[in-house]
Amino acid sequence: MSTAGTTAAIQAADIITEAHPPTKRRFIKSFYPTWFFIPAVALYVVFFALPTFSSFYFSLTRWSLFDSTFIGFENYAQFFSDPQLYTSFIHTLIYAVITSGAKVIIGFFLALLLTSPIVGRGYLRAVIFFPVLISTIGVGIMFKSLLDPFHGMVNAVLGFFGLPQPGWFTDPNLALYSIAGVDIWKGVGIATLIFMAGIVAIPAEYFEAARIDGAGGWKILRQITVPLTRGATATVIILSLIGGLRSFDIIWVTTGGGPGFTSDVLASVIYKQYQAGFFGLSTAGNVVLFLLVTVIMVPLSAFLNRKQVEL
Amino acid sequence: MSRQRTRAWIVGIIAIIVSAVVFLVPFAFVLLQAAKTPAEASNLAFSWPTHWQFLQNFWDTLTSNDGVIWRAIINSAVLTITSVTLMVILSAMAGYVLSRKRSKWNPVVNFFVLAGLIVPPAVVPTIWVLQDLQLFGTLPGMILVEATFGLSFCILLFRAFVGNIPRELDEAAVLDGAGPVRLFLQVVLPLLRPVIVTVIVVQAVFVFNDFAGPLYFLPGDQNVTVQLALYTFSGQNLSFYNLLFMAIFLITIPPLIAYIFFNRQIVAGITSGAVKG
Repeated sequence: MSTAGTTAAIQAADIITEAHPPTKRRFIKSFYPTWFFIPAVALYVVFFALPTFSSFYFSLTRWSLFDSTFIGFENYAQFFSDPQLYTSFIHTLIYAVITSGAKVIIGFFLALLLTSPIVGRGYLRAVIFFPVLISTIGVGIMFKSLLDPFHGMVNAVLGFFGLPQPGWFTDPNLALYSIAGVDIWKGVGIATLIFMAGIVAIPAEYFEAARIDGAGGWKILRQITVPLTRGATATVIILSLIGGLRSFDIIWVTTGGGPGFTSDVLASVIYKQYQAGFFGLSTAGNVVLFLLVTVIMVPLSAFLNRKQVEL
Repeated sequence: MSRQRTRAWIVGIIAIIVSAVVFLVPFAFVLLQAAKTPAEASNLAFSWPTHWQFLQNFWDTLTSNDGVIWRAIINSAVLTITSVTLMVILSAMAGYVLSRKRSKWNPVVNFFVLAGLIVPPAVVPTIWVLQDLQLFGTLPGMILVEATFGLSFCILLFRAFVGNIPRELDEAAVLDGAGPVRLFLQVVLPLLRPVIVTVIVVQAVFVFNDFAGPLYFLPGDQNVTVQLALYTFSGQNLSFYNLLFMAIFLITIPPLIAYIFFNRQIVAGITSGAVKG
């Protein structure tokens, strides 16, 4: 089909080139000018590719933006020997896995709920999705007040029922997980939407056939819904994992990486080192984040996209 | 049948109650805080304001700190509109040619598009580039950077959408004498309208809400954007929680409007990769 289209296009090109002087031939031969790429490529190269490639060099230097001294792997050595820095690496992994896992599981069940015949679906979809669109900074400030250890509403309610009132963002053992909770609250709407699209795309006959064959709700879920939403699951895992690994805004506005360094992630360390004027070290952190994202995402997305459903 | 209907009601009502507690209470908290007096707001209690001063807080927030919020709103509006316009034009051109033209370079281009989606930007080297171009800390510099960061997502959407437009249309236009530019502007571009709306709305919300970008690339009071102004505000005015929450409310209005009017397009943009994977 597409070859037929191409042949027709070539014929069309010939007809037109015949009607014009031969000097114009090359221009007209291509209806899809390559120069359409140029502006996008220019921006991409100058503001994305060039910084990314040069970051490998600058991460090996002591750097003041104006001049740089090559110091080998000293920045990396410092990064992985200073506990304040390398713990951020571990926190990044924990944070990404927790937020991504929770978004997959909660998102999937919310999508099941919202695609089943219940009342108030439109409203439910709207409230679950709305936090996705609002400012992370606003959400962070809001939760900082709601989860305030002394005056916050959440602890007031917990106290009313005689439950423990943790310092959500002030307890070193809890801060990272509290932030992850806020992240899930804000981001689960995307996962839900993607899963809903996946579930709705499953032909209704499959469910009917399974029901006629005597499959119960649990069995239908296991044997039909889960395998047939694999594409959606892959998308949600990839998107939320990338987001989790790169997460910065919500952490910076709620705890700033604290208390101490207990909720510092790579992105917040990069910012802190930048603020302190250690541009080389900051860039080394950037390269570490780049490598971490690549090492996780490339094999994972290859694996998730290869495993197709066999029917 | 009626059993199913009761179940639909019971599950629905439980879900509505839970969602109200989890999602609506925090928003109600913002609105109530924004209407209180400074003293009352600093309690952080979820309570009805004894004295409503919503409009006065609204006004005070806009005029506080020499109207920094007002300036931030204007800056953010300029940043959002120009960077999204730029990104839509450039990525529509690139996505169109990428989808139509068969070239041995396509896999390379696709690789870089995906890389742009996954790779975290190298921030300090970007500052270095901006400084070399004398664009660091300027609105034009920030606009170019935001446009660059959005390119990959937009190109993917445009490429997918152009793939569904029959090539016969192009051929007909060329036979009628259209050149490449006219073919794109007058035949293809009008057909891209639905995806253009999607891209504009999704990216506008994204750029408007971006915090890390302006934090790194747009320092300084003069060029402050709304997210940065809100962040600074939250550090300074601890005795004016009412104004802080009013600022949160103000900053939530544009996305809310976008959501109300473009719900369908936003959903389309976010779920575009969902089924195909």
